[in-house]
Parts: sequence; structure tokens; C-alpha cells
Amino acid sequence: MSAQPNPAPRGLAARGLRWLQALTGQDGLLPSAPRTVRIADAPLGEELARFIAVVPDGENRFPRARCGEVGLDEAWTLAQQVRGTMSEDQNQRPRALIALVDVTSQAYGRREELLGIHLAGAAAADAYASARLAGHPVIALLVGKAMSGGFLTHGYQANRILALDSPEVLVHAMSKESAARVTRRPVEALEDLGERIVPMAYDVRSFNRLGLVHRLIRGVNADAPGPADVERVRGELTAAVATARGAPRDLSSRLESDAARATRAASIEVRRRLAQAWDAV
Amino acid sequence: MESLSFSYPAREAVASRVHVGVVGSGDLEVLLEPSPDGRAHVTVTTSVPGFGAVWKNVLDRFFSRFDGAAAIEINDFGATPGVVMLRLEQAAEALRA
Amino acid sequence: MRDSFIELRARERARAILDADTFRELLGPFDRMKSPWLPLQGVVTQADDGVVVARGRVDGKPAVVAAIEGAYQGGSIGEVSGAKIAGALELALRDCERGRPVRPVLVLETGGVRLQEANLGLAAIAEIHAAIVALRRHVPVVGVVAGLVGCFGGMSLAAALCSRLIVTRQARLGMNGPEVIEQEAGIAELDSMDGAEVWGLMGGEQRHATGLADVLVEDDVGAIAAQVREAFNTTAPPRSEQVQVFCRRLAGIDPGHPPSPKALRTLWAREGEP
Repeated sequence: MSAQPNPAPRGLAARGLRWLQALTGQDGLLPSAPRTVRIADAPLGEELARFIAVVPDGENRFPRARCGEVGLDEAWTLAQQVRGTMSEDQNQRPRALIALVDVTSQAYGRREELLGIHLAGAAAADAYASARLAGHPVIALLVGKAMSGGFLTHGYQANRILALDSPEVLVHAMSKESAARVTRRPVEALEDLGERIVPMAYDVRSFNRLGLVHRLIRGVNADAPGPADVERVRGELTAAVATARGAPRDLSSRLESDAARATRAASIEVRRRLAQAWDAV
Repeated sequence: MESLSFSYPAREAVASRVHVGVVGSGDLEVLLEPSPDGRAHVTVTTSVPGFGAVWKNVLDRFFSRFDGAAAIEINDFGATPGVVMLRLEQAAEALRA
Repeated sequence: MRDSFIELRARERARAILDADTFRELLGPFDRMKSPWLPLQGVVTQADDGVVVARGRVDGKPAVVAAIEGAYQGGSIGEVSGAKIAGALELALRDCERGRPVRPVLVLETGGVRLQEANLGLAAIAEIHAAIVALRRHVPVVGVVAGLVGCFGGMSLAAALCSRLIVTRQARLGMNGPEVIEQEAGIAELDSMDGAEVWGLMGGEQRHATGLADVLVEDDVGAIAAQVREAFNTTAPPRSEQVQVFCRRLAGIDPGHPPSPKALRTLWAREGEP
């Protein structure tokens, strides 16, 4: 890994870092971890929370993970750091973990597959889920892209998902460009489809309609947050942590909102009927 | 995608339900169960539109030998008439078993 | 002659894994829980949405199998098929918490998220991950990747979260399928048509030899069912919890000169594994 300091990445891909800095006043660099995983502790309400971001690094030792993807080193580092937090807090109140999400995807590459990126991703998801089950409030804050395997490994295991209401906050299983290539449709056709079919949309307002977002935070400058923006978001995070502490540690809340009842009716109905048939003879 | 419906007279009541096949490339699934009104009813949903006459032909042939009062749902993903007939016969066979 | 497991459909696979005559399907085809999203896009639905959930017994103990039908929409995970898997695991967890252990088995044959249901497929996969991690604390969660489609995308993470993962030589397991890698990173990165290369990277034998799967088994109904029964005796920590082991292994890799698949078998040999 390069010892040279990198210039701060520009553009939307740097949102994770920008929000980490805004919320913690630190750059989150760790002495023996890749520069792509940034972690900092900072006060949140009455307590100390741990903020975690995955950020781009043009000199990442794995070339396929230089633009904000979650690659092998990123996923394993997330697993290591989250599990580290769990052991540090074994005899104290479990700290809140705030995943700042701006991830373009998982890393696509030959090396990645050879070395088992699916296991690395699983280890990260496992660590977040285990932390949640151990009583750490895990809150995801979507500040940029939350794409596909990147989101599964960093954020999607959270007790509560918060999102900034910004056009650049995007959630999907596949980037628009890739989906267009795979389905052989122009990007515009996919956008039209997203307007008719909510789960096909990329924008966070549509994602919010799926009932998966605990709070959609409106009116915040996502790219250049001012002090008032940061305070707003900090307040929302504090409230989400309090909610998570007083609620079940599973993901059941994702099916309980009005939006979920409307849009994820099938998810609810499947569970209801499975439960009905489970013990029937 | 296209939906088609057919109806045939029947003589024998159908007592059980049968499911065969898969909605995979060149294949179809058949759900066969008792019909409520003593006639046979077939609803076809197919990924390939424009073959209503071919469907009618295959079903006419099938019902020339099968006289169960069955409600049949077919979900088709581009099966050939041969495969359609094979699945229908499998379902009829399973019904007798 | 061998009794092929791979050639079986999902329903028969589930039946084959459960003890004889114990198979009882939940939400079967006649319940018609279909995808609400595919017809809106002109796609024909399958009456069970491509997942078979069955209760029964494994080695005499209460069990639940969720088997994905790879022949329908590439085994892709949509809202309903995903909820069937997550829901089955959640109910098994509920029973375990009430002191009534249920043995969960996942038969994985999937390309990952169903693109036509995009965000709801992804959400369901996150819920499957959550359920496996929670359930695994009570009872081993056993995964089988037999072969046909393989196991890719977010569901490859589900496979990796299993307490015990059983694969055949015909299985492929990876986060990104070869076609996706070629498309995203170019043919110089990976030629998806180069079978030997693809199997060398993500084939069942390679995954087993490099410690990324626990059991390599012949494509035989009896052999696979026997390995599933045996898997419930496992006490080894799940692979996805062995963070230090794999961080150490990864630190020893130079991305500029990655090992060949064959060399990785020596570097990450199964021997000496915890």
C-alpha cells in the first residue's frame, strides 16, 4: 500500500468522507487499515458513537476497488473493525455504529472472485448483523450511492436506515449503465420503468416508498453540509439510535411502516401464510 | 405475454390436484385441479403471443382423450406443442396414479 | 448408475434432502403466491415464484428446506421468492428461541437479485442474511450448491454465511458471475467464455480446495442427503466469523502478482484450518 498521502477524492464519491468529517471532525484514517475504510468515534447525543465510511482511493492496492467499491480489503476491514468494536464493548453499553453509505458497488474482478469476495462481503454483513444482535444500535445513513453488494456489506444490516433526500442518493441492485447493458434497454427506458415500477427505481424517494427507510431527511445540503445541516442530521441519528435501543434487534421494523404495508404487501403476506402453515398437520 | 382461455365438456370428476413442469426456457408448468362446474377450463399465460390457434389445436387433441372436469392453469415460457402435450399427459398420468 | 441430484427440480431436491415421506410443502404452487411485479413487465410468473419451502425431518429431527428452482428466471430472488426463504428462516428462528430446534437447509441455485424486482430482491436478500446470522447461533444452517445455475450475487453471501456449505464439482460460487465481470471490467479481466478459467476461479472443487466450502460431494442424491445430515453435527465456527484467519491470508496476497488458482490451493490449503 502506498505511504503517499492521497489527494482528497473529488465528486460525489467523496460524500462518505465528507460526512464522516462533518459529523466527527476527523478523517478516520486507521494506522494499519486500508485508506478506503475510515472510522472515527464522536459524540452523538449523550453518548459516543462509532462512524464508519468506505471511501474511494485512487491508489488502492486492488485496482478494482479504487472508486468507492467495497472490495476484499474493505469488506474484511469492516468485519474486523465492527467485531473489534463488539469486543471492546463487551463489558459496557454497546456503542452505536453509524454506517455512512456511499458505495458504488462491490468490486468486480478476477482477483476478487479468486480470493472469495463473496466471503469477504458475507463477513462484513455478518459482523454488522452480529453487532446488531449484540445490542449495538446499527444505523445506516445513505449519503450517496447504496448499490448492490456494496450496500449489502455496508449498511443493509442496520436496525434503521436513514437517507438524505438528495438526487445523488441512489439505491439499486445494479448500476443504471450495467442494467441497461444486461437488459439491452436504453437508460431512458429503465428510468421510465422505474417511474411505473417502484422497486425498479434508483432514486431515494422511490426507495422510501418501499418502507425500508426509517427517516428520509429533507432539505439538507448533501454535498456541502453547513453547520445547521450537520446538526439536523446529528439529531436524526441520535433519535434513530434511541429508537433502535428500545426496539427488537431484528429487521422486523422494515415491514411495519405504512409504506411497507402498501408496497411490500407480498413480503408481509408470504410471512403470514408461512406462519399459518408452519405447524399445520 | 398473452392470456388465452379455453373450455371443454367433461364427463369425469377430478378428485385431486397435480402440478408438473417449470416456467423455464422452452418449458411450462401445469396446475391441474378439480373444476367447480363440471366442465374443463384451461387458462394459458404464455410469453409468446400470437399462437392462439396452435394452443387450441394442442388442447383439442389433449381433450379428445382426456375427459376430466379439470381447471387447468398453464404458465408457458415458449414451449413447443410437443412439450406442451408431454406436460399435459404427465399431469393426466399423475392424476391417475 | 448415479442418481443425479443436479437433474432434479427444486421440489424433488427438497424431497430428497428430507427423510423419506416427511416432505410437506408450505405455500406451494396451488397457493399461487406469485410475483406481483413480473406481470407488470410482461413476464410470465411461476405459481411458486421459484422457491420451494418444505417442512419435514432430517435425521429424524424437525427441519425446513428452502430450495431455489434454477430453471425459473435463473433462480433469481424477487420479493416473493426472497420472502419465502427469509420467512422460513425467521420461523425456524422463532421455534429455536422457544426451545424447539428446527434444522434449516438452503438449496441455492441462483443468479442473485431478480432485476425486474431490483430493490425488493436486494431487500429480501439482506433479510435472508440477517436471518441466517441470527439462526446460526441456535442451530447450524446448512447450504447446498449443487449446480445448474450456481450461486451468485447477494445469495453468494448467503452461502458464505452458512455454518456448513456443501458443493459438488458442478457448482459455481461467486459474488459476480463471469459474464458480469467481463461486462464491468472488460474481457482482459475475465473471458466469461473461457470455461477452464471460470471453473478454476469459482468451481466447487476450487472453492473446496481453498477452504471456501466445507464438503465436496458427488452429484448423487444419497450422498448429498447424507452430507446434509452429517453437517448438523458440525461445531466449527462459521467461516464468515473467522475474520482474523482470512485477513491474514489476504494480507499475504500481492494484488500485482496474484497467485494462480492452483497456487492458491497450496497457499490456502484446507489443512491447518481451525
